[in-house]
Amino acid sequence: MKGMTIIVKTISSWVKVLIFIFGIYIILFGHLTPGGGFAGGVILASSYVLLMLAFGSDFVQKDLPLALDSKLDCLGAFAFIMIAILPCVFGGAFFANFLVDRYGQPFELLSAGTIPLSNIAIGLKVGASLFLVIFSLAVCRKGAELDDE
Amino acid sequence: MTIFYILLIFIVIASLIAVETTDLLSAVICVGAMGFGVSLLFLFLRAPDIAITQIVVEILGLIILIRATISRDLTFISGDKEFFATIVSVAIVFVIFLAGLRVFETLPEFGTPVFAERPDTASQTYIREGLAKTGAANVVASVILDYRAYDTLGEATVLFTSIIGATVILRRSAKRTIDTLRPVSPS
Amino acid sequence: MPYALSFLLFVIGLYCAVVKKNMVKIVLGILIMECAVNLFLVMLGYRHEGVAPIVDRTHLESKAALDGFVSIAVDPLPQALVLTAIVISLGSLALMISICIRIYEKYGTFDITQIRRLRG
Repeated sequence: MKGMTIIVKTISSWVKVLIFIFGIYIILFGHLTPGGGFAGGVILASSYVLLMLAFGSDFVQKDLPLALDSKLDCLGAFAFIMIAILPCVFGGAFFANFLVDRYGQPFELLSAGTIPLSNIAIGLKVGASLFLVIFSLAVCRKGAELDDE
Repeated sequence: MTIFYILLIFIVIASLIAVETTDLLSAVICVGAMGFGVSLLFLFLRAPDIAITQIVVEILGLIILIRATISRDLTFISGDKEFFATIVSVAIVFVIFLAGLRVFETLPEFGTPVFAERPDTASQTYIREGLAKTGAANVVASVILDYRAYDTLGEATVLFTSIIGATVILRRSAKRTIDTLRPVSPS
Repeated sequence: MPYALSFLLFVIGLYCAVVKKNMVKIVLGILIMECAVNLFLVMLGYRHEGVAPIVDRTHLESKAALDGFVSIAVDPLPQALVLTAIVISLGSLALMISICIRIYEKYGTFDITQIRRLRG
């Protein structure tokens, strides 16, 4: 994949930043407004997919290498498991919300205990894994073309 | 609610066209139209979380499907299986449809929640005590990440497994390793 | 009536998955079935003239306001179930499409009857 014309490249390099910021907003405000980790993670993945469609897969691999992407995936899963296990250490049940009264009031950004942390972990995991599979589809098609030649 | 029914009929027509058209790319685009219609329906059903998720997931799914179909040569293979098998399948599907219609007569009227009839059910408890117990204003977020976080853990596991399966199936280097190992194994 | 229409959508997807012999058509049929099931689950929790299940500041002022909100809010439990199911459907779609691409590279066709003939 060589990428598209310069008009598409310029516009998508601007729009990508806006989509990325919107995804972060959706994840961080997931406990106050509609949204959450699932939708925000897919939006983060779609910003990099837009970059990949416009510039080609080689450019994206410089920006976000495949090894770093799978590390982010595993980091999200590990963070979610740690959020589940930590209450057991402090004398609660598995997945107990042990931070709920420690900080913040309702309707503030920093509130609701472990729910924003879980949102961040889930968003990281979903976005990294979905971008990983779409990147593999693109690279696979490129490899098939090379084999045909 | 008239627009709700019009959208529902639009979705059924779009899926019929997607099933019966002979061009694969047209079928994929019709499925995309159906997905966007479903996300609008979720807005009418007062579920904004699912509407956001559905519309974004539909965009990524369309990218995956178009990537799979766009540059293949044989995009217009269609048609059904043998005649007898088709007749039997259509008859069985029709019987399933009639049986389902009988089941839906026993459900309550559309517009009354099935799971929230009495005040002590789980859904009513979630709405009443969700903010006080978990501190999250969005009740859906408090359900999926606090009350029923086991569901989310299972979902993460399933997603992880399916993505690993897809990347392993699509990988090229593993095949070459097997090819180089093959002359060694008989000896 | 809406229950019957969503079930009709499910039956169309089932017909597509059973009768068609193109692999991508079968994947599309499974996608249609997933959409129909999600729609049916969310419809089960809908309430006429309801509001979305998001608590506002005005609902916390008195107990009567909270009770009123509880009596008109839409059921959040099916929405939470469907939210996880949608993302899983994207993962399974990626798995099915990658299997289809592999089979296309190996046999050069999307037709399942042709694949069977070449193998035998």
